[in-house]
Amino acid sequence: MSKNLLEIRNVSKVYQRGLLSSKATVALKEYSLTLPEDNPSILTVAGESGSGKTTLAMLLLGFITPTTGEIIYRGKNIQSLEGKDKLAYRHEVQAVFQDPFAVFNPFYTVDHLLTVPIRQFKLAKSGRDARNKMDEALTAVGLRPEDVLGRFPHQLSGGQRQRINVARALLLKPRLLIADEPVSMVDASLRANILESLRNLHRDHGVTIIYITHDLTTAYHVADNIVVLYKGDVVESGDVESVIRNPQHNYTRLLVDSIPWPDLNKKWGEPLKPREIA
Amino acid sequence: MTIDTTPARAKKPGSANANVTEPVLRVEGLEVTYYTDLGRAKALDNVGFTLNSGEKLGMVGESGSGKSTMALAMMRMIKPPGRIEGGKVIVGGTDLMALDELGMRRARLNKIAYIPQGAMNSLNPVMRIGAQMSDAIRSHIKGEARSTVEDRIAKALRSVDLDPGVARMYPHELSGGMKQRVCIAIGILLQPNVIIADEPTSALDVVTQRQVMETINRVQSEINAAVILIGHDMGLMAQAVDKVAVMYAGRLVELATVREMFTDPKHPYSQALISSLPNLDNKGVFQGIPGLAPSLLRLPKGCAFHPRCPHGKGELQSNVRPEPVILPGGRMVTCHLYSEEGHVHEGAK
Repeated sequence: MSKNLLEIRNVSKVYQRGLLSSKATVALKEYSLTLPEDNPSILTVAGESGSGKTTLAMLLLGFITPTTGEIIYRGKNIQSLEGKDKLAYRHEVQAVFQDPFAVFNPFYTVDHLLTVPIRQFKLAKSGRDARNKMDEALTAVGLRPEDVLGRFPHQLSGGQRQRINVARALLLKPRLLIADEPVSMVDASLRANILESLRNLHRDHGVTIIYITHDLTTAYHVADNIVVLYKGDVVESGDVESVIRNPQHNYTRLLVDSIPWPDLNKKWGEPLKPREIA
Repeated sequence: MTIDTTPARAKKPGSANANVTEPVLRVEGLEVTYYTDLGRAKALDNVGFTLNSGEKLGMVGESGSGKSTMALAMMRMIKPPGRIEGGKVIVGGTDLMALDELGMRRARLNKIAYIPQGAMNSLNPVMRIGAQMSDAIRSHIKGEARSTVEDRIAKALRSVDLDPGVARMYPHELSGGMKQRVCIAIGILLQPNVIIADEPTSALDVVTQRQVMETINRVQSEINAAVILIGHDMGLMAQAVDKVAVMYAGRLVELATVREMFTDPKHPYSQALISSLPNLDNKGVFQGIPGLAPSLLRLPKGCAFHPRCPHGKGELQSNVRPEPVILPGGRMVTCHLYSEEGHVHEGAK
């Protein structure tokens, strides 16, 4: 029997509003998912703002704890990881976040983002070795090391910064990469390059990627499978080709219809009815 | 130099005999320079275009290509170390650049409104929406009765599909899409002739994005304004605008109707932008634009795009700066492939 890389069992996350208020927001509802270890894939989690996408990412990274259910990483519940196992988990599960501006500490040069994990996980034997590894990772995402190393975050463009994040993931050679809207704040012309780097990571290093996005166009291009969330619930899932070409659920259809295709013959249809007011 | 693309559109049947209306917006030779410690950066270089009432112009380009500078310059909101070095912005017959500071204050929101980038973060978090809106009205129209002001606010909110009750709320009580619509409502309070929306949807998901664009469409037809939509998403432009202007390193490199732009882009940069877009037919093909946008402090000699251009190897491209050329049909392109001297290269395309 093959082992599972990641298993999510009936996970819910409820945000309670205040002590006395009975109003609770269910961000994720009894969500289950299994990703096999021996067959790395790219899974897209799609949905609009507030559909629970980022909550899922935070849960998987262990930043918040599930209200009910459990997340099993390679046979162990991530909440009860300790010592060596915890370190291994932190090493093997990496993230690329949406905002390439917020993840950098403005007081350090961008090298910091790369040198800290090298030291932490003892990836290099010497300073020279560390430098070579950094150069290699940066070159792999299409950056020239001499252009970016030693610079401060504000001296780099958003696209460059986001690619440094991908380079960091590359450096650590994770088993699971959680990419939360990695290209939504990047220029359209740079999106292609970043997605390409992510896909190479998957192809060349067998990394399983959970690609979280609201943009079904890029999802279609990088992913194998897709899960569509709506208000914390899975409304549709399956392989990306059939879900996007032939959406079954009304909400998925709305998402697919709202893609701004760069094609004059594929215009948005009738204006939407005003949905939520308040 | 100003390129007038109106003739192509004015030849619509029925309007042929009508007076050719003066475009509501005319920008001529706008130039902005930032004086930084590292040298002069020319953020806008001789930009000009015209726009009619009811038309939507999409302005696309990479970050740093001068799109937002362009919007700020039109509002005369460039702050030091930046300076507007020349040019005219004529809205409904008035040259904004010739107004004094007080006159310009009156013109903002009244003649020309600006919906800033990340508009949702531009609302004051400790003021109710209604108070922020009445501030805007009162600084333009003095001594209006409170009920009249409230009516205006309610009307503006309704026209962007929001409940007038939103006026009593604080920004944190609204979702991103709703805040964006509040900003549009503020923009149209005084029914300006020109609305500039700087990346109005870039932080929103596709469904909300579509709703915001539909809101802009509707209010535009209500007040018959000219709209400039700034963004980097060509897909959104295909859905929303009438004309597309492509900017590169502070210059307008191509200006055409949306149909011409998507069926037959002329400038190699526009071609690259359009072919880098993902669509359903080329799954798994990523075609980025090679190279990086040049720094405005160190612009390449000759054509600024030549180091990244597939046709940029020639003497001409690396030494002579191309000038805007008007092609038959009224579209404009700034590229040696289409200039007099560059005709020899046309075969290469």
